[in-house]
Amino acid sequence: MIVRIMGEGQYRLSDGVVERVNELDNAAVSAVSGDNEDGFHEAFEEMLQLIRAEGEHVADDEIENSDVIVPPADTSFREATADFSGDGLIPD
Amino acid sequence: MAGMAGRMSTVVKAKISKLLDRAEDPGETLDYSYTKQLESLQQVKKGIADVVTAKKRLGMQAQKLEQSVVKLDTQARQALAAGNEELARTALERKQLAQTELQGLDQQVAELQAQQEKLTESEKRLRGKIEAFRTKKEVIKAQYSAADAQVRISEAATGVGEEMADVGLAMQRAVDKTEDMKARASAVEELEAAGTFEDLTMLGEGKDDIDRELAELGAGGAVDDEMAKLKAELGSGSAKPKGELGAGEQA
Repeated sequence: MIVRIMGEGQYRLSDGVVERVNELDNAAVSAVSGDNEDGFHEAFEEMLQLIRAEGEHVADDEIENSDVIVPPADTSFREATADFSGDGLIPD
Repeated sequence: MAGMAGRMSTVVKAKISKLLDRAEDPGETLDYSYTKQLESLQQVKKGIADVVTAKKRLGMQAQKLEQSVVKLDTQARQALAAGNEELARTALERKQLAQTELQGLDQQVAELQAQQEKLTESEKRLRGKIEAFRTKKEVIKAQYSAADAQVRISEAATGVGEEMADVGLAMQRAVDKTEDMKARASAVEELEAAGTFEDLTMLGEGKDDIDRELAELGAGGAVDDEMAKLKAELGSGSAKPKGELGAGEQA
């Protein structure tokens, strides 16, 4: 699966990593719906680090469409409410 | 309401499908897409230049403020040595204010530096994708029938479009931040224009608007501390007779 972190580029993720990202995605959604700002930032930060660490960078000259688009790292809690609702970034 | 990520993919898909609907000749679509991509790359370059300009402006202000801090500190010492405690206090108050502004500016310069680096990275990514697109479009033109080409064009154009939209949003965020900082830079410039950080000996005696503003800013505690420190450094300053300030006095 190809994931784009906005402002950082694209990463190719293995299924196992996608599963872990999805769990964090769900954690972020429930934090947002529970109005838990710290919880959101924690889950979101962990998600970004996981993608950066485990993902393989898609080369600049490779044209690929992303399956999932992750909002930028400096996303505020207020901005997050729209992306992290329902199924979150990755449909379950 | 879609969030940033949701909005981005929707916008990209809508734009690309509009582009493909309009074109009859795949070759034309490809060339048109490529032109648009190059335009967007130019925009990014301009955006980076704007950030650099804003950063330079703030950097120059910071330099001026640093000079003011040194100057006001010297004046406070001179005033105290001459036994003019009131003037020394005013100089210290202004020094405090200049230092506070300086801290804010330094932070903003660092933030703009980070923005510049991020945008430069984005520009490099987009350039890579556009270059790949240029190669790909010639291959598509040469090798595929119109129907087949359409699908491949769509894929390639959406892929580059995604990068363009991403860079576009990064630029928007950078522009917003830069605007905030421009406002702050103007505020500091106003203080400068009002003579807040000027040579105190040029201002004459007595309270002016700036003094009142300074009092309201409540730098009092820090000023008291520094005054005490200065006095200790100079030996009991108040013991000396109240005399002339020394060179530069134009009261």
